[in-house]
Amino acid sequence: MIEVQGLHKSFEGKAVLKNITTTFERGKTNLIIGQSGSGKTVFLKSLIGLITPEQGKIAYDGVCLLELERDEQRELRKAMGMVFQGSALFDSMTVEENVGFPLEMFTKLSKGEKKDRIDSVLHRVNLIDAHHKYPSEISGGMMKRVAIARAIVLNPKYLFCDEPNSGLDPKTAILIDNLIQEITQEYDITTLINTHDMNSVMEIGEKIVFLKEGELAWEGSKEEIFITDNQAVGDFVYASELFKNVRSVYIDKKNR
Amino acid sequence: MTYLANIGRYGLMLLEMFKKPTKWGVMKKLILKEIDELIFSSLGIIIFISFFIGGVVTIQTALNLTSPFLPKSLIGFATRQSVILEFAPTFTSIIMVGKVGSYITSSIGSMRVTEQIDALEVMGVNSLNYLIFPKLIAMLFYPFAIAISMYVGIFGGWSAAVFGGYAPTSEFIAGIQEDFVVFHVVYAFIKSLVFAIVIATLPAYHGYYLKGGALEVGKAATTSFIWTSVVLIILNYVLTQLLLG
Repeated sequence: MIEVQGLHKSFEGKAVLKNITTTFERGKTNLIIGQSGSGKTVFLKSLIGLITPEQGKIAYDGVCLLELERDEQRELRKAMGMVFQGSALFDSMTVEENVGFPLEMFTKLSKGEKKDRIDSVLHRVNLIDAHHKYPSEISGGMMKRVAIARAIVLNPKYLFCDEPNSGLDPKTAILIDNLIQEITQEYDITTLINTHDMNSVMEIGEKIVFLKEGELAWEGSKEEIFITDNQAVGDFVYASELFKNVRSVYIDKKNR
Repeated sequence: MTYLANIGRYGLMLLEMFKKPTKWGVMKKLILKEIDELIFSSLGIIIFISFFIGGVVTIQTALNLTSPFLPKSLIGFATRQSVILEFAPTFTSIIMVGKVGSYITSSIGSMRVTEQIDALEVMGVNSLNYLIFPKLIAMLFYPFAIAISMYVGIFGGWSAAVFGGYAPTSEFIAGIQEDFVVFHVVYAFIKSLVFAIVIATLPAYHGYYLKGGALEVGKAATTSFIWTSVVLIILNYVLTQLLLG
């Protein structure tokens, strides 16, 4: 579980995160949504410790991240996996080396054990014949899968995904969303996903946190987002006719 | 004020680089890879430049020794002194800033803009130690490259002297053996070791703290070349004053 209390961050005097307090539960896919520039990425990077907030508390199962020394923070981060927006795969390494990198750095497994673990996670993300390819030789969807495989190879307790399906076609985006949700339940991890993809919200949003101009404007489940009367959430989520219709159908069905 | 802040951040970067070292098994491979990329792959250009610089120094010295009272051995002497004291350690280092320094800035800068450095940090890796420390260790072998540069430079000088008809081998060899001061070689190696540390770390600083996108990577490589060259020129003066003055 990740608990956030009174998180505040500003850049050059401009507040980007304003007193955010929320909780992300274990075994659930938690979505952070909001318009571009609403502070989603800063929030995610603050949670990981890549950005240091000016005020607030971030507790990982009771351990306060901001009270730890830099080296202790790095130790805690070994329990975290992160899928970056651009995948952030190491260009000079093959798919296999990318996935095996955390094992190489932090475990004493034998060569055979490492190979088995790499094969197992690549199989889990449905990538079986890309071991020796370089990131530049695979598609965007495959890169995202490799990034997910790398993020879960050490059995993390926390998984962070920054817009995991940006730049992907709708079919691949749904596959990636479902894969993240399955992994979250299978490994019983706390997953946080930054997104502004409404398909993801409808598909996998077990808890949704809506940020507006750095403030937590609303939080709830995907079922609650259909019936909320919060104007800001409505304007954002139901900006398109398609989702307005989806909402109407859902409410009609519920009322019947 | 910005300059002071940058100097302070550079110092902190160097301190942080030595904390939480990467597993030796991984580091060993990184160091060997960097020795190959930074030192071995530079030997070709170092040898090429040194040979011709040695030749040019010889020709220019010979053309300026117009007095018949001056012995031809002075050509060898001047070539040796110029190559050992200045051309091999300093001139080669400026070339290395262009070749190695730009490579370091752009490779680390590209990793920064594509969030690969963030990925390392999220995994719990000390990215400074992982990325810069192996380069620093690899560059400690730089004085060996400078020794080769000295040898090839003098050989280039001999070639120009003999094949250009400026001095016979016997006179040239007598010149390079004349008044030989061992400390001059030590001075050159001290200088190249200091330059090596700067070439490994200053361009890395420009890449590591880069902000922006692909365009900024190019700009950072240029800025890094200028500043590293400026620092080398200043250090060259300071070290010469301290060690020979």
